[in-house]
Amino acid sequence: MFSVGDRVRTRLRNPAGHTRLPRYLVGRSGRIDTVLGTLPFSDRRAAGVRSAKETAYTVRFAAEDVFGGDADPRGSICADLFESYLEASE
Amino acid sequence: MSHVHESSAGASNRVKALVAAFEAANVFTERELDAAVEAFLASAQPANGALLVARAWVDGAFRARLLADGNAAAAELGIDLARWAPVKLRVVANEPGRHNLIVCTLCSCYPLALLGPSPSWYKSNAYRSRAVRDPRSVLAEFGTTLSDDTEITVWDSTAEVRYMVLPQRPAGTENASEEELRALVTRNGMIGTALV
Repeated sequence: MFSVGDRVRTRLRNPAGHTRLPRYLVGRSGRIDTVLGTLPFSDRRAAGVRSAKETAYTVRFAAEDVFGGDADPRGSICADLFESYLEASE
Repeated sequence: MSHVHESSAGASNRVKALVAAFEAANVFTERELDAAVEAFLASAQPANGALLVARAWVDGAFRARLLADGNAAAAELGIDLARWAPVKLRVVANEPGRHNLIVCTLCSCYPLALLGPSPSWYKSNAYRSRAVRDPRSVLAEFGTTLSDDTEITVWDSTAEVRYMVLPQRPAGTENASEEELRALVTRNGMIGTALV
């Protein structure tokens, strides 16, 4: 479980099946913005497990941490990501 | 996979086959499906979003409730967001120096119940890829030029949350009625590609 303000990094993963972790956010560092609670877990549901649920978070990423130094220094991107996509980061 | 748009004839044949399969399995009939789509389109309108925005502009307590729990605040005004799909509404407020933009990079998630069917550009590969990478240029192409020191947050709707932007109340509308304010609210203002 993560809390609001925690630093997290998205795991490096490229599953063959359905995922809601966009490729442009793979391996990026951000901060927990909101704890969304338990939501239907799309990755497992797409694989036929209709009841699959997982805790999800809104994670805020600085645009520079996603797109590099030529990104807007004041920009950020928020995405809704499942717990298993994330690992703690300092 | 990225969206490769097949021909409309191909898509139409697949829909027909799918509907036939549902009919054969006694899940629903084509007539019931048509009625459901009609009811959905009749109730899913940008006027719903405008109702929430104008109320938030005139009622600070409602604004706070809308930002804290979108579903509950919408229900206060008779809008049932979970009627069609179990989605959570999060309303994000534009403020002086802070702008918000909505996108779905994975597909085309959109607050249908509040804004009606999405515009075709919202579903385009160009908007979906560029909105996250270079929102300032995308906004400029919509005619929305923000000062360089404006902080832009792009909300990528990757799970069950649907986002709507609460635009800033336009200057000079201090004496406008709530009904007049509703008429000022635009669909693009609630996506974040325009100011109101």
